[in-house]
Amino acid sequence: MTQRVFFEDIEVGAEGPTFSRKTDLMNWNRYAAVNDEFIYVHMDDDAGRAAGQAGAFGMGNLRWSYVFNAIRSWFGDEVEVREVGLQFRAINNKNDVLSTHLRVIEKVRESSGNLLRLEVNVVNQNGERTAPGHALVALPSRDDGAAG
Amino acid sequence: MATQDEALDTLVTPQIVASKGVWGPDTVSYPVSQSDIRKWSIAVYWPETPPRLFWDEAYARTTRWDGIVAPEDFNPFGWPVAPPRLPGAQPGLRPRKGENVLNGGQVDTFFTRIRPGDVITERARVADWDERTGRLGLMLFLRHESEWHNQLGELVKRRMATSIWY
Repeated sequence: MTQRVFFEDIEVGAEGPTFSRKTDLMNWNRYAAVNDEFIYVHMDDDAGRAAGQAGAFGMGNLRWSYVFNAIRSWFGDEVEVREVGLQFRAINNKNDVLSTHLRVIEKVRESSGNLLRLEVNVVNQNGERTAPGHALVALPSRDDGAAG
Repeated sequence: MATQDEALDTLVTPQIVASKGVWGPDTVSYPVSQSDIRKWSIAVYWPETPPRLFWDEAYARTTRWDGIVAPEDFNPFGWPVAPPRLPGAQPGLRPRKGENVLNGGQVDTFFTRIRPGDVITERARVADWDERTGRLGLMLFLRHESEWHNQLGELVKRRMATSIWY
């Protein structure tokens, strides 16, 4: 049975469950394998240092995926993701613990759907906000007959 | 003493200027398979079991999507037969100024979901750019706009992405 979260169940200010990962070569290499992202700065400490960083560093797009995972974890399979935006402001170093933060900042009913606007970030173990951004998602409503 | 590379006062090339606003050639994906979607979801959820929507067709048919769909973050363009040029620093080679690149971020707007069997076509163009000086010296913030359509001509997503060259 599919998990359903309804528009009426979510209030402005609500914060979603955190999706968190300690990022190391196991995470990065698995992602490189599916995204065909075998770039030296993500695999080799010397290449990372040559690029001006502390060593090999993680892919921004893996952080990107973690945000989608968090959205699904909160709203279930019925959620319709309309838009997501992130700015990658800090490097993801090896063994960083990255945790998503999602918070509802606006609820709007429009003809196109029941929309939640979210404030998004990915925070590391030092409290650095590495990827500020936003998301816009649509949820089913109990009023539209989808509750059955 | 500054090297010739370090003395550059711009990273904007004539090629970048000439390509502004001009759609490049289409890139066409291989057909998306259920296995592509399953493997992607395993990788991004590792070591957690990914949602059944991405690997269990019987379950996926009970959802509003009426079958397996790809995660919104899925990339169908990996593994072309001709290997792409590797960007950025490489072992044993000192990158020249402007050859290093970071992902600066992106905004994606989603329309139709990707399903097994889909063939996705991408087109992209340079939108604009600006240059700043920071910890890594002169940096070029280059913004690309791209669109994905499926084999039915349906818009899948639009992306505005920023790459940072330094």
